[in-house]
This record gives sequence, structure tokens and C-alpha cells, in this order.
Amino acid sequence: MKRVPASGGAPQLSADGRDVDTRHLAFTVSPHEECAIEEAVSLVADLGGSVTVLTAGPAEADEQLRYAISMGADHGVLVDTGPDEIDPQATAAAITEATRALEAEAGPFDLILFGNESPDAGNYQVGVRVACALNRPMVTGVKGIELDLEAGRAALRRHVPTGVEVYDAPLPAAVAVKEGLNLPRYPSMRGRLRARKAEFAVLEAAPEPGGLRKIRLRLPEEKRSETVLLGQGAAAAPAVVDLLEELEIV
Amino acid sequence: MVLALVEIGEAGVQASSLEALTLARDVAGSLGVPVEAVVVTSDDGTDDDAGTRGDMSTVDAELRAYGVQRYHRMTHPLLVDYSPECWGEAVAQLIRQLAPPAVIAPGSDRGNEIMAQAAARADLPLAANCTTVDAGADGSGWQLTRLRSGGMLLEDAQITAPTRLVTVATGAVEPAPGPAPAAADSVTFTPDFGESFVHSRLTERAQRSAGVTLAGARVVVSGGRGVGSADGFAPLEELAKLTGGAVGCSRVATNNGWRPHTDQVGQTGTKVNPDLYIACGISGATQHWVGCMGAKAILAINTDPEAPLVTRATYAVIGDVGEVLPAVVDEIRRRAATA
Ligand SMILES: Cc1cc2nc3c(=O)[nH]c(=O)nc-3n(C[C@H](O)[C@H](O)[C@H](O)COP(=O)(O)OP(=O)(O)OC[C@H]3O[C@@H](n4cnc5c(N)ncnc54)[C@H](O)[C@@H]3O)c2cc1C
Repeated sequence: MKRVPASGGAPQLSADGRDVDTRHLAFTVSPHEECAIEEAVSLVADLGGSVTVLTAGPAEADEQLRYAISMGADHGVLVDTGPDEIDPQATAAAITEATRALEAEAGPFDLILFGNESPDAGNYQVGVRVACALNRPMVTGVKGIELDLEAGRAALRRHVPTGVEVYDAPLPAAVAVKEGLNLPRYPSMRGRLRARKAEFAVLEAAPEPGGLRKIRLRLPEEKRSETVLLGQGAAAAPAVVDLLEELEIV
Repeated sequence: MVLALVEIGEAGVQASSLEALTLARDVAGSLGVPVEAVVVTSDDGTDDDAGTRGDMSTVDAELRAYGVQRYHRMTHPLLVDYSPECWGEAVAQLIRQLAPPAVIAPGSDRGNEIMAQAAARADLPLAANCTTVDAGADGSGWQLTRLRSGGMLLEDAQITAPTRLVTVATGAVEPAPGPAPAAADSVTFTPDFGESFVHSRLTERAQRSAGVTLAGARVVVSGGRGVGSADGFAPLEELAKLTGGAVGCSRVATNNGWRPHTDQVGQTGTKVNPDLYIACGISGATQHWVGCMGAKAILAINTDPEAPLVTRATYAVIGDVGEVLPAVVDEIRRRAATA
């Protein structure tokens, strides 16, 4: 799970153009990953076990870990990669190493859930890289998970342009999920109290950089359009229907 | 040679793959090397003897029209049904064999998935959803531009590796045929999978039912918080029916349980590109905007004349969606009756 800006407005850039100006931003859990946490919590409620939430990022990401705990996750792990954004190969290496360390203590996680892509960097690969490094099956874009622990298998459903696909994967497995998998719960008061007191394992990581290096961020050129006002309230209906006729829609 | 990953659907080479082929040809041109393709077939085509699918004679002609001199058809029993791991491993093995300076793939869900798998297995960097690639004169530190935040931001980046993996953001490159070679060579590539190869298996595939889909609709009537409730979507449904369109919504509408997530337009929903997008009671947060900015025209209906979607729209009506839409529906019916 990744700490990401929650801004709904146009992003502002820092003076050197290397990053988004975060001074006035709120942060949040990526929507895909909020669904991953929800799914993990409800799978464990049905099947038993526990949920560990891991984030690789700056120390401040403990805010998002607390949110995950307030949703019902049992344990939080912060892999502190420092204040600067690191590339996807390095991110995957940090997560892989931390996962190996956790699994060395407690055995393999039956299922590792990732968000399909982060809403800010949008690299579409961190989860796949981790799954490959750990030699786990991995399906992305998943919007439905059924676990059969006895058979040691997962059924993973996703939407593709032509319809729906279902994959069967042996456990332990990994998935990258998308929003639409479920409706994430709002944290309860009890969950929030628990989250406030929760303690996290903190691991330091300084992975080797990979081959993709960010130089700068830019705002794309905006298509300027002068909005044509068709009118106010119900009185605008004839003008709207004129437009629909003009565009040959009705 | 620069390698393009090409997806084939029922109608031949898919549009997003033509974009990848076009960019691959540009990059190859600046390096003075030929373009080759690796053919990834969809599961909808007809089987042929080599285990590859799709009508290969049209594919052959299309690839040639885009300047491809040679293409690699991947064949193996484990590739007959789509498997992300096997397809990715096959591409990684082909990369090892050919050692191309770049592999360029469509930024479709499948393109991104296969390339992520290939990148992980070949331990190479991958730049997803690029709009431009500049192979540079020295051939080492290539510069590229990629989309971030669903397209609200651009990232200029440098990619350094013996083979650079790139996916092309959908719609970022205008597909353009190039000088065609007399004939395209086709060679088969059979990857080698070990006994213990871990993979998921496709077990079930359901075709989408016919009807207007959000992604393909000519008109999308979309509602947000301003619609007020699930019932408030009734006039949107009616307008969609009258215009042969589809109903969409903002994340607030899905989060409130007013609409299913399949209707959501935006960064974490569907990206639409209709002729007309009618946004009813939607403010136009960036994460929503990136899903509808591909529309040819946008009509915003909103009580707030300063809402970002109103100021960016082509057309606007200032008013309560609960009053405006029923009046529009009545007006369409009235004109139809008197026509
Ligand atoms: C990482 C991330 C990803 C996201 N992905 C998406 C996504 O894919 N899609 C998406 O939509 N959002 C997404 N969001 C959420 C997004 O930021 C906004 O919160 C959301 O789009 C707002 O929805 P809205 O416009 O319906 O609601 P609001 O922003 O609350 O706007 C409601 C609008 O309705 C108008 N209004 C109110 N009453 C009426 C009325 N009676 N008649 C007419 N107008 C009225 C108001 O003036 C206002 O402009 C994402 C957010 C994050 C952080």
C-alpha cells in the first residue's frame, strides 16, 4: 500500500519541477489499495488468519498504515525508503526483501495483494516484480477473489475488453486488484482507537536504483475552451436538444 | 532491430498495437535499424496449425504496411490460453535471444501486464504509458515522457539499460503506416518452460453481453454527487436510452452505492471517448477529468458556474440537474411526437 496525494485539483509542482508540491496536500491510501485492504480484512474474517499491511515510502506513511489498521488490519510494517520517490525496480526490491524477512519468521503469506497501479506514478509493475522475485503466480486487474484454503487455490476474476476472465492459481499467490473489487468500509470508532495506539515494525531500506530515472515533472498543455452557455435551469432544455440535433445524436 | 509487441484481435492488429508499431518505427528509424514484431494473439481468433491465432494473412499485410520486416510468432502449448506469467516469460526469453535495444508495447491492460512480467523476468527497467521516446544520439541514456496521475502530469525520464522496455499510452501516438518491405518474414519462436514453471491458468471466459458499453459509447450521460441518490439516475437512464448512449458516474456515486463500479468514469474507473459527454452534477476533480477529457464535446449541467468541469466544458447549463434533465427528456419526446 502506498501513500499518495489526495488532491482533487490540478497538481502544483515544486520550484525545481522534480516533484509535486506537497506542502498543502492531504495524503491518502490509493483507492485500489484501499480495496486490497478491505478484501484482506474480509477474507480473514471469513477464513481466519491475520492481515499484515506493508508500505514502502517515507516515514510519514505511518498515517496510511494507521488508516489500514483502523479498517481492521492486524499488523503494520513500514519500509522506510526515505523522503524521495524511488523507481519501480528499487521499490519492488525493498518490498521483496521485507517480505522475505517477514516470511522467514512466520511462514509464507497465503495471498499478497497489491493495487494494480499507483495513482501518482502509475508504473504498473511493482507488484509483478515482487511476485516474480518470490516465484508466486500473479494476476493483475483483479476484481473478484475466491480462496479455497483446503485445496490451496485461488479463483481470480477480472474484466477484459471482451468480457470476463477467471484464473486459477495455486497458493501462495499474488494479485494486483482494482477498485470495484468491493466497497471499502469506513473505519469504526473502535478501529480508530486501536489504530492510534498501534505500533509498527519499521525496516530501513536503501535499494539499488533501477534503470528508470525521473528528470522532471511537467503540466501538459491545456486545451483551452471557451464554454458556451446554453442557459439556466429547465429553460435551457430547447437549446440542449438543439445541440443534440446538431451533433446528430437525436 | 527494435521489437514491437503486437496484440491481435478478431479484426486483425489492434489499434493500440498500431500506435506501438508507429512509435517502434520512429525509434528504429532514429537508430538506423529495422522494426520487427512479436505477435501476441488474442483468444478470439481461429486456431491454426502453429497454435497461433487470428487470421494471419491480414495480420501479415498490416504488419508489412507498418514497416515490419520480420515477425516472431510465439508458439507453445502453455501459450494457447493467455497466462500472464508464460507470456511474460516467453517475451523475456525472446529478449535474451534477440537483445534488441528496445521493446515497445501497447499500453493496454494486457500490454502493461505482459511487459511488467517480461521486465521482472529479464531484470530490465520498464517505462509504462509513454507519449514520446527519444533514442538520443549516443544510444545510452534515452529520454522519454510518460503519463503520471492518469495524464494530469507528464514525467520526463531517462531510461538506461541494454534493452529498454516501453509501453505506449493509449491515444498518445497517431498510428501511421510506413514504407512497406516487399514481404515480411515470419519466424516461429518456441520458448522453453521448465517443469516447475509456476503459473496461473485461465479457466473460464465469459463474453460480454451485447449492448452499448461505456468505453465504446457515442454518448455518455454521467452523474455525480449532484444527482443526489440512486433514484436520481432515472432521468439519466432515460436520456441515455433516447440518445443510444451509456450511463456513467463519478466515484462519489459508486462510493454511495448509487451505481455499480463498472459505470465509474475516471482514473480508477473507465476512460471514455464519446462524441458527447454529459456531466450531470459532477464537479470535475482531476481524477474524474482524466476519464472524460478524451470526449469530443462535453456538456456540463451544474448549479455551480465555477465548477472545474463547467469551466472546461464545451457547453454548459447552469441549474439543478433534477430540473434540467426531465425538461430535456420532455423536449426530445415533444419534438419526436410532432416530427
Ligand atoms: C487516487 C484517486 C482516484 C480517484 N479516481 C476517481 C475516478 O476514477 N472517478 C471519479 O469520478 N473520481 C475519482 N476520484 C475522486 C475525485 O477526486 C472526486 O472526489 C470525485 O470525482 C467527485 O465526484 P463528484 O464530482 O460527483 O462530487 P463533488 O466533487 O462533490 O461535486 C458535486 C458537484 O455537483 C454539483 N451539484 C450539487 N447539487 C447539484 C444539483 N442539484 N444539480 C446540479 N449540480 C449539482 C456541485 O456544484 C458540484 O460541482 C479519485 C480520487 C483519488 C484520490
